[in-house]
Amino acid sequence: MTREDVRQAVVDIIADIALDDDVNGINDEVALRDQLDLDSMDFLDIVMELKKRHKIEVPQEDYPQLASMKSCVDYLQPKFQ
Amino acid sequence: MTKTYDAIVIGAGMSGLAAAIRLAMYDKKVCILEKHTISGGLNSYYQRAKRPFDVGLHAMTNFVPKGTKAAPMSKLLKQLRIPYEALELSEQNYSKITFPDYELSFSNNLELLLSEIEKNFPDEIDGFNKLLQKIREFNEVALDNETVMAKDVVSHFIKNESLLEMIFCPLLIYGSAWENDMDFSQFVIMFKSIYLEGFCRPKNGVRTVINLLLEKLENVGGEIHFRTEVAAIRTNHDGAISEIETKKGEIYKAPVVLSSMGYPETMNVLDGENNYSPRVGKMTFTESIMLLDKKPSEMGQNATIIFYNNRPKYLYRKPTEIYDNQSAVVCFPNNFGHDDYEDGWIRMTNMANYELWKELERPEYLKEKERVFNDSVELAKKLIPNFDANILVKDTFSPTTIERYTGHFGGTVYGSPDKSRDGKTPVKGLYLIGTDQGFLGIVGSMLSGISMANLYGLMEN
Ligand SMILES: Cc1cc2nc3c(=O)[nH]c(=O)nc-3n(C[C@H](O)[C@H](O)[C@H](O)COP(=O)(O)OP(=O)(O)OC[C@H]3O[C@@H](n4cnc5c(N)ncnc54)[C@H](O)[C@@H]3O)c2cc1C
Repeated sequence: MTREDVRQAVVDIIADIALDDDVNGINDEVALRDQLDLDSMDFLDIVMELKKRHKIEVPQEDYPQLASMKSCVDYLQPKFQ
Repeated sequence: MTKTYDAIVIGAGMSGLAAAIRLAMYDKKVCILEKHTISGGLNSYYQRAKRPFDVGLHAMTNFVPKGTKAAPMSKLLKQLRIPYEALELSEQNYSKITFPDYELSFSNNLELLLSEIEKNFPDEIDGFNKLLQKIREFNEVALDNETVMAKDVVSHFIKNESLLEMIFCPLLIYGSAWENDMDFSQFVIMFKSIYLEGFCRPKNGVRTVINLLLEKLENVGGEIHFRTEVAAIRTNHDGAISEIETKKGEIYKAPVVLSSMGYPETMNVLDGENNYSPRVGKMTFTESIMLLDKKPSEMGQNATIIFYNNRPKYLYRKPTEIYDNQSAVVCFPNNFGHDDYEDGWIRMTNMANYELWKELERPEYLKEKERVFNDSVELAKKLIPNFDANILVKDTFSPTTIERYTGHFGGTVYGSPDKSRDGKTPVKGLYLIGTDQGFLGIVGSMLSGISMANLYGLMEN
């Protein structure tokens, strides 16, 4: 999958989790928490959705890798192979 | 025949429904066991005189506008994937705290309360603002907060005893399992949910909430078995949960069980020796509901809820008499932004003494219910000086009614004073959700179900 595909997969997940947030204008360099109404419960959901939709496991110690869109894509792209 | 699941939830009240949705959403095989024939628990519904009655709903707390970040209501809806619009919330007009010598109004805009305090208690406004700052900075949901009594903390900021009592009155009666005081964390939860956020009502009342939850649960593949009362919870030799037996003799097995029955009620069905006995809560109520051929607003009453107290001090405790007619919560469900009803409705809650209700024989029981209702009409007339409506339908329920329908010992509404903040019980795999995990009310209990399901159903494996 290309970086763009991985990014889209994450955006789709966030759009379903944060129903009332606008996911179109996400700045990839800035922490997701600072742009959207996401708390630790929501990060759990991102992890759960990755597992459910793409069979990707994110161990708890790797949660910080999901901080920004850029770090998400960096971390997840190899796992999407 | 044994039925096996990934997780079992006991009770289809607000907390149980929310917990089961979360688990089923992530493909856990989950089943709710509910002893009653319908969902809702303490906030269920019924039909009388061809009209839809709610058991509990006065108002939902924690109102915030759509898109408000980090608010309990937003979190709750997000976790359950329910769009904000689905509840069709409408806001209260304003509410009042009425004491013999003072009256304070508040609404979903904090400015009203601030100006009322400034007007009635000018010396206290600085203290109140400092209290506000402390409350805003406090993390009330940390699972490891130590227990501190709230009146001790608040009396550092508020010196006038009447004001202190008035601030506490709505918070105690809408959410304290303790008599006359509450844990400071619980105080902050209630303060934020009522004074900083506020009251609202889902269109068509509690049915809207329950139907949304049931529809979600079905969509994500969770099951509910009604008329299924848990009679025994068994453990294995390691002290971990092994199986549940229902009253009908069916056996259910799951490694994780989340119980919303209440702490003492759960321990009571636990098989074998255990010397852990959480106390049964003492706070229970009568509720009178009257339907009128005129709306309160047509008679000049536009308040949504009145917290009425006729004593200098507010006594929040199990009354020594069968019920306390010197204080009440009076709700006017027509007085929200959107009025759901054709008739005028008034709901009144009085503190009550469970034991005294319990010992009544049928004729006396009916007589006492009649007395409660007549007192509530008197109070309605006092609060609506131009009262000239006819009463179309009347209904009163008592602590024993609450006990019968929800299984809560002593008809307790806010559960045991012994909460289990982390949801743990002496049994591995058995956790508490809802009221006795410490979060109550409609919004609180759903959040409790969600967070315990996340913690013990989704994260632990
Ligand atoms: C009169 C009244 C007015 C209220 N007004 C408001 C209000 O205006 N706003 C607000 O936010 N909150 C209000 N509340 C409080 C609110 O209803 C509760 O805090 C909330 O519903 C608690 O939900 P819960 O899931 O913790 O427990 P419950 O609703 O008690 O759910 C427990 C469930 O478990 C089931 N059960 C029990 N024992 C067994 C068993 N052995 N086997 C199987 N199932 C079992 C019960 O039948 C019940 O369905 C009110 C309550 C009452 C009684």
